[in-house]
Amino acid sequence: MDALKLDLSHYRELLKQYINTQDESALYEAEQISKRSIQHNISLEEIINTHINALEDIYPELPENIQHSMSFLLEVMISYGLALQEFQDLRETQLEIKSEISVAARMQNTLLSTVKPDVEGFDIGVVSVPANQMNGDYHHFIHHEDGTVGITVADVIGKGIPAALCMSMIKYAMESFPSEHKNPSEILESLNRVVERNVDPSMFITMFYALFNPAASTISYSSAGHEPGFYYHAADDTFEEIRAKGVVLGVTDMAQYRQYEREIHAGDMIILLTDGVTECRQGDRFIESEEVLEVIKSFSHLSAQELVENVYKHFEKLQDFHLRDDFTLIIIKKDV
Amino acid sequence: MNLTVDVQEKEGKSVVLLAGEIDAYTAPKLKEALLSLTEKEGNKVEVNLEQVNYMDSTGLGVFVSGLKSTKENNSELKLVQLQDRVYRLFEITGLIDVIDVDKTVQGGY
Repeated sequence: MDALKLDLSHYRELLKQYINTQDESALYEAEQISKRSIQHNISLEEIINTHINALEDIYPELPENIQHSMSFLLEVMISYGLALQEFQDLRETQLEIKSEISVAARMQNTLLSTVKPDVEGFDIGVVSVPANQMNGDYHHFIHHEDGTVGITVADVIGKGIPAALCMSMIKYAMESFPSEHKNPSEILESLNRVVERNVDPSMFITMFYALFNPAASTISYSSAGHEPGFYYHAADDTFEEIRAKGVVLGVTDMAQYRQYEREIHAGDMIILLTDGVTECRQGDRFIESEEVLEVIKSFSHLSAQELVENVYKHFEKLQDFHLRDDFTLIIIKKDV
Repeated sequence: MNLTVDVQEKEGKSVVLLAGEIDAYTAPKLKEALLSLTEKEGNKVEVNLEQVNYMDSTGLGVFVSGLKSTKENNSELKLVQLQDRVYRLFEITGLIDVIDVDKTVQGGY
């Protein structure tokens, strides 16, 4: 194509001028040629080819070895041009993917957004931070008409976008359950069947589901293989692991979940988390759960929201500000 | 960190010796090796995790895939010699009730 070719005679004159005078103005012209070449998509090998032709025009007696060296340079430039093209294509694709992921992440935030309940007599704090763009952790509050609150904390095993998509499915499945159907064990059993039928075999979900009754100051809960939370007894200043037996969602269709219930006393705290909290590492060292509890205790004089934020900051700092896993921490404190 | 996967055939079963860490980076390698064994009709697969000092939830995903594959291919999967931290993951997730896990260290203590 003519449009993609350099003007040979112009180039030849310029080259001749420079060879004879080493004149700056010829170099300036050369720069203009480079710019136009880029604008008109003229390839590197085309420029080299023009140079070779111009050189042969100026020196018809060009020694053979120089001619061979020029052919050699041309070959190198052809390969270089192809590699460069491939690199640019990849970079463009990468940018496209990046922007699609950020659109997906924003959409996820909208789809999975939840409102922290304002409950009289209790103080609730929540922090949930993804390790990458998309969060595989999930927490949700459902406000029932009778004043009870359903609390979900879940972690999708399998990271990134598939995990995030899966979480949206879970949220809508839960919302489609009839409102009188809110016992933790029933909810987990129904969800287990949804996940078992609809999700890839290597993906499964751990979930802690609690029904919180602020008026009666009780909480009933079941766990589908989720990282155990903790209960803080203000009376004797001790923590107790909230153990609940049950297999992760999506592994067997017959899973059953035991339901537990406890009363919440003044000054007590319920601590719900994902394994991003307990699996924190400092270099090669694992953070033991006692250490997590000590940190919680050291901030326990703060409001619930300040408490969870400070705990998060503490572990973020320990891990050099790079989370290995999504981090979710919910604390419910009963007022004294 | 890395994971080495070494498969040996002995006494009519496939023994998989793992060493290192199982996480999102090493899990695909393990999955490929494990599924190629559990997909053999009637095969007995024993995975030794004695040298695995770290496993995250992605690793659990691999063993769950393995378990599902044994059901389709009439094969067997058994995990042996787990370190405490790794065993705890199977315990918390309730998977010890679904997957055959034997914690005890053979010839130890």
